[in-house]
Amino acid sequence: MLTTANATFSRYQNVLFALALCVLLTVLAQPGFCRSQEAPGTPGPVPTTPELQNRASSIIAEHCLQCHGPDEAARQADLRLDIQDPEWLDRQIIVPGNNSLSLVIQRIVSEDPDQIMPPPEHSKPLTKEEVQMLRQWVDQGGQFARHWSFVAPQKEAVIDSKTNPIDLLVAKRLTEYGKQFSQPAAANVLCRRLYLDIVGLPPSPQQLDDFLAAFELSPVRARQELVNHLLSLPAYGEHWARPWLDVARYSDTNGFEKDLPREQWAWRDWVIHAINTDKPYDEFLVEQIAGDLIPNRTQDQLIAAGFFRNGMVNEEGAIVAEQFRIEGNFDRLDCLGKAAFGLSLQCAQCHSHKFDPLSHDEYFGLFAFFNDTHEAQSWIYSDQQQREIQELDRQIDLIQKEIKNQLPDWKQAEERFAQDLAKDNANWQAIDLDDYFWEGGLNHPEKMADHSILVLGHPTTHGYFQGEWQPTVGVTGIRLEALQHGDQPFSGPGRSHEGTFAISEIEVFQQNTPEAEWVQIPCENAVADFELPEQPLGDYYFSKPHDEPTKRRIGTANFVIDKDQKTAWMPDRGSILRHNDSCIEIQLNPQPAGEANPRFRIRIHMNHGGDGNGRDNLQLGRFRLCQTNRSATAKPLKIATADHGATLAAMVSSERRTDTENQKLFLAWIQNVESLQEFHSKIVQCQAKYPHAETSVLHLASTSGLQSRTTQLLDRGEWDQPKHTVIPGVPVIMQAMRKPDLNQPPLSRLDLANWLTRPDSPLTARVQVNRIWQSIFGQGLVPTAEDFGTRTAAPVQQSLLDWLSVELMENRWSQKRVLKLIFNSQVYAQDSSMTAEQFEADPENTWLSRGPRFRVDAEVVRDIALSVSGLLHEEVGGPSVFPPVPQSVLDQNFANIDYWNVAADQDRYRRSLYVFRKRTMPDPLLGSFDAPNSDFSCARRTRSITPLAALVSLNETIFVEAARALALRIVTQAGPTDPQRIDFAYRLCTSRSATPVQQQLIQRALAQQRERLAAGWVPIREIAFGDAQSLPELPVGVSPQDVATWVVVARVLLNLDETLTKN
Amino acid sequence: MNDTLKSQTARLNARRWFLRDCGIGVAGMAVQSLMASESNAAINLLGTGGLETNTDHPLSPKSPHFPAKAKRVIYIFQAGAPSQLELFDAKPELSKRDGQLPPASLLDGYRAAFINPNSKLLGPKFSFAKHGNCGMELSELLPHTAKIADDICVIRSMTTDAVNHAPAQILMNTGSQQFGRPSFGAWTLYGLGSESRSLPGYVVLTSLKGTSGGSSNYGSGFLPNGYGGVPFRTKGDPILYLSNPNGFDDQLQRDSLDLLKKLNQQTLETVGDPNTAARIQSYESAYQLQSSAPELMDLTQESQETLDAYGIKNTKEATFARNCLLARRLVERDVRFVQLFHEGWDQHGDLTNAIKRNCEATDQPVAALINDLKQSGLLEDTIVIWGGEFGRTPMVQGGNDGRDHHNRSFTMWLAGGGIKSGYVHGATDELGFNVIENKVHVHDLNATLLHLLGFDHEKLTYRFQGRDFRLTDVHGNVVQDILA
Repeated sequence: MLTTANATFSRYQNVLFALALCVLLTVLAQPGFCRSQEAPGTPGPVPTTPELQNRASSIIAEHCLQCHGPDEAARQADLRLDIQDPEWLDRQIIVPGNNSLSLVIQRIVSEDPDQIMPPPEHSKPLTKEEVQMLRQWVDQGGQFARHWSFVAPQKEAVIDSKTNPIDLLVAKRLTEYGKQFSQPAAANVLCRRLYLDIVGLPPSPQQLDDFLAAFELSPVRARQELVNHLLSLPAYGEHWARPWLDVARYSDTNGFEKDLPREQWAWRDWVIHAINTDKPYDEFLVEQIAGDLIPNRTQDQLIAAGFFRNGMVNEEGAIVAEQFRIEGNFDRLDCLGKAAFGLSLQCAQCHSHKFDPLSHDEYFGLFAFFNDTHEAQSWIYSDQQQREIQELDRQIDLIQKEIKNQLPDWKQAEERFAQDLAKDNANWQAIDLDDYFWEGGLNHPEKMADHSILVLGHPTTHGYFQGEWQPTVGVTGIRLEALQHGDQPFSGPGRSHEGTFAISEIEVFQQNTPEAEWVQIPCENAVADFELPEQPLGDYYFSKPHDEPTKRRIGTANFVIDKDQKTAWMPDRGSILRHNDSCIEIQLNPQPAGEANPRFRIRIHMNHGGDGNGRDNLQLGRFRLCQTNRSATAKPLKIATADHGATLAAMVSSERRTDTENQKLFLAWIQNVESLQEFHSKIVQCQAKYPHAETSVLHLASTSGLQSRTTQLLDRGEWDQPKHTVIPGVPVIMQAMRKPDLNQPPLSRLDLANWLTRPDSPLTARVQVNRIWQSIFGQGLVPTAEDFGTRTAAPVQQSLLDWLSVELMENRWSQKRVLKLIFNSQVYAQDSSMTAEQFEADPENTWLSRGPRFRVDAEVVRDIALSVSGLLHEEVGGPSVFPPVPQSVLDQNFANIDYWNVAADQDRYRRSLYVFRKRTMPDPLLGSFDAPNSDFSCARRTRSITPLAALVSLNETIFVEAARALALRIVTQAGPTDPQRIDFAYRLCTSRSATPVQQQLIQRALAQQRERLAAGWVPIREIAFGDAQSLPELPVGVSPQDVATWVVVARVLLNLDETLTKN
Repeated sequence: MNDTLKSQTARLNARRWFLRDCGIGVAGMAVQSLMASESNAAINLLGTGGLETNTDHPLSPKSPHFPAKAKRVIYIFQAGAPSQLELFDAKPELSKRDGQLPPASLLDGYRAAFINPNSKLLGPKFSFAKHGNCGMELSELLPHTAKIADDICVIRSMTTDAVNHAPAQILMNTGSQQFGRPSFGAWTLYGLGSESRSLPGYVVLTSLKGTSGGSSNYGSGFLPNGYGGVPFRTKGDPILYLSNPNGFDDQLQRDSLDLLKKLNQQTLETVGDPNTAARIQSYESAYQLQSSAPELMDLTQESQETLDAYGIKNTKEATFARNCLLARRLVERDVRFVQLFHEGWDQHGDLTNAIKRNCEATDQPVAALINDLKQSGLLEDTIVIWGGEFGRTPMVQGGNDGRDHHNRSFTMWLAGGGIKSGYVHGATDELGFNVIENKVHVHDLNATLLHLLGFDHEKLTYRFQGRDFRLTDVHGNVVQDILA
């Protein structure tokens, strides 16, 4: 068939064989897969050139790129078909204007079994339409369009200024293909649709009537006003937070085996607030990606940076923390890919992407933005508390100013003091442990460059750290420095849920020769930079049942050498101040070793943890051991009455000290000057008033100094297979950014965030607009909300997607503006009923020629029941609430749950957004209606209809309580007659009156049930109120039997297709 | 497979299906609602029954790629990682070297979870003997398994990538250490559909506590929800919310559902949304479950002889033994995939006592299950799988009576449809450290299991995020040697 045979024949053959193989493999990998990536529906007119280019790219992406795509390692025959290549002509792969001369076409249409692609054994040839499409494309020049989603969106000119541009753009598309809009939906349908879409709750009968009245006067204005009103309600933010929480994989637990609870609701509340205040979407993204890096960042911006800490944390015993840190970072990129790029970034985690132009190195360039970070946790204070702290800090500042006024030479005096501290510190030499472990192996302590030991992974509540070293000089004293670290809670230095620690006992041993026994060295005279007065351990843990008999105590430094494991040194300075470096020094009396060079061993016991899982620990998170050989005859230990943090600050030369270091030093100096004691005690009084934070948030924080990391490309994505250094950078296919340059400061997460939200970003706005559309219409304009890559064909309504994207960007990224446009459009307000022909022609409503109709999301299903029954408790924000869950579900957790205190009061009826989400125990109610369990980022929910869900809405506790409450509401609030009550109930549940047939059906059912109840077939009180003993006060004229009868009907009405569906 | 879900040509069948099975009388239907059809979003959990011709329903029975040896699976997941050295892999040399350090050559690049790899070797705690005509060596802890030695295929050369429980369990069950992938059971249902009319196609039974991997071990991942495993509960309702509210008797429930159906039919007639038809059907299926699930759980139908064979003393107690019997009852009722989880084998310490207790609880019922299936002929086309997420170290942990996590070698066994019986596959070195013969990776096992179910594991794919995913990722070879 190769009519152009010449000297390079064999080369072509190779190329074509490879091409054949590629098609073969692609088809193998997707049996029967011919999903309509192209536009659905009847074939229309011949596509225009740009559209044809898009279609051709799609066909090639689908069939060829696995072997001829961006992945250089998998590429066959040096042929790449995802970008225009001048060699094509040379090699006659594609001969522009002549499809029959082009080898691509020849091979596809060949009848020779050895030549045809795909090969016959795979029985999956390209469709005739696809072949025809490729022929036309070659004939028209065979030019590749850059994949549609990599080109920044542009607005199609819309001339008619009176019509909603959404309607113009959709109408144009419909006209092209001979279709038309459906009728407008009835006013009551529109009203319910708007309520469900904007606030996620149905309208009350009164709200419905108000709208209907206004609609009578002016449909356009009524709708505009309702949209504006609903967008101003707090419930709007609650409803619209949900899709973002799915993308962000928000959860109230850590995941994996232990799945311990976490406090992250402050971040969730930030999202609600941001949406309610219409925070521009670019800021919304920037603050979440890099809020911690914004100059003079606020507490809110720090909370926003919690976005990337919503991923899972493995607290399984004996994990290597680094492995799961790396995997957590992979998960972060997956999340970012779905949230903002609309690309499956994780496909490039192990090798270059098969289909999208994203190399393995580029993946790690993105990875690097997130790699040099701490997994931080910070306290979050309420507004009131923030004001209190500010005021206290102001007072402390005033006192300091006064001191400086009184003592003009304070600076010199402070510096002398600093030098004293530094001089004393010079007597201590950091110990370089050559052997160390944590008893039991749960922790993997790791030595850092400064010889300090960092402990991450699953904490232990009891046990000891042991280290050994070979001193080169005599040892007369040991110092333990407890040091802060960004990966510890609140920077530590402890690992408890407050960042604190307690040392029960320190033991030091010596071994004079390798064969000799280890002998314990007597210790005496322990001193510390901070000591609490002796006191009971206190009510400290989540779980501490054993502590009563042990009567453990905390307090002074000497507790570490009193040979009593029940006493501990715990330098807890109280709120805010407790996150400080600390130290303790112990005098040793080692045996004379003569000629021998003794080996030393230290054991640091920490036995003051609780009974629960690791979160009940009082473990030290980072520490360094030092030794001194000062003469034992002179008093060897001298601790200034200064925080160790001041000593560490003194070690920094005065011109390089940070504000925090200066502050520490200044306060320590005051503490040590006798004439300033009055000031000092005033400061202490102020500090004692620091409030205890309301909650905390997990967030990313950048590292610095010794703790910063360089990023290595990981071979095949394996955490322990580093290959070469990579610096932060973005994929070349996207809008340009300053090139990574080793001579410049590295690009930061903030640079990445700002780059992502630039107006020339092709994907950021499109991805978000598409997600908005998906929430409203059930399917995005791009159906794969998580993937806009080369295998995603240009959407049918691309002009609409692009128009809305630009509109979003041009109007300070206001999402409310986009929503208003959509909600006020004709497209949105269409009737959703369909004929068989309409359904057959467009089952997914891709053409938008009818209104949206689908079962509402899980949270809305439950909220509708709470709302129509009158149970809903509308309170915004706060800690998540524990719903009633069958014991059998709680029992099936790996780790025992001792905190599931089911909400009994009105919290029980909070919106579903606030239901506690436990990763390994998906909520049985919400999960049945397809709520994702947050193990990973979810950009698009599936929507299933299962009998398990039917059982939930029929029998689950909250639904049954709602049915009872709804029954009571009906008999007390509607009129006395059955028709009135039926109508009221129907209006509550479906926002419309019952039809005569429905009236008749329900009346018949009521009569039937009255008969059965009266005859005693079923127990009245159990049905009406839940148990036989219960008899609440009922309004005059209402009998328990009335209530019971209506409970039966109310339960049915809560399960109506119309109740569960946005119509 | 996706086009099966969406196929245009099958829609007519779907209409017929809805008309017949939704209990919608044609007389009562407006003409426009005759279009009731499957929307790809609507997945009813229950299959449509073996007799259905409807190929459009996502759970309707489907033919695999080629004629299969097996139609259904009972996966007995012994979570926590049972010690192969105490159960299946006799190591006399390890006994001899008890208390010695392992050879340094074995420790290069070795990663245990807790222990310093350079810990002393620990001799097996129990003795082994040959059993059956095949002469398979098994531990004294498994006297009942010993009696079915000729019916099972022991793989002593399993190996996996992960050393922590949750990632390893997820890998074993979903073919990936990353969360979010469909479980083997979900893939099976996706590929084969469900033949049970009254019960879910994929049922999960748990004894002891929950597993490290949690619900992801039997989840549907990126496949639609309906393909995931449905846990049958050990306490209270076997299926969540199966019981009606207080005071509701069966008649009242039927009356309520009749009213609901009639009202929903009104909606279907006006709106013409096929999802409404699917919803009507889902309530009818729920009602079926309300009788079929309790019927399944009611062991009073079983003879005392059967209960004794399984070692069930109290039929109300949610034991492993009861779950084995329930597994048989489930496959008898055409359930496609049954998975048992028994999370209790993580013996870092107290190995001798704890593993003995585990075997007392599990050995007899498993053997009874195999015998039962064999007797009824079901074993011929049912695969039974026994195993955990990894193995345990030849080295000691914690004194002299525990073993740490070991991913390099462990043992599983298979029985039933298409599997070579009375056969031992693969071998480890004399200390039970590394596989030295016929290594079988998790992906190889999964490829083989899919093969037995009639699938080319490279072809059973689902597109998600622009990529065609499969259970075996980009790995896996069918282990021909263990095929009958």
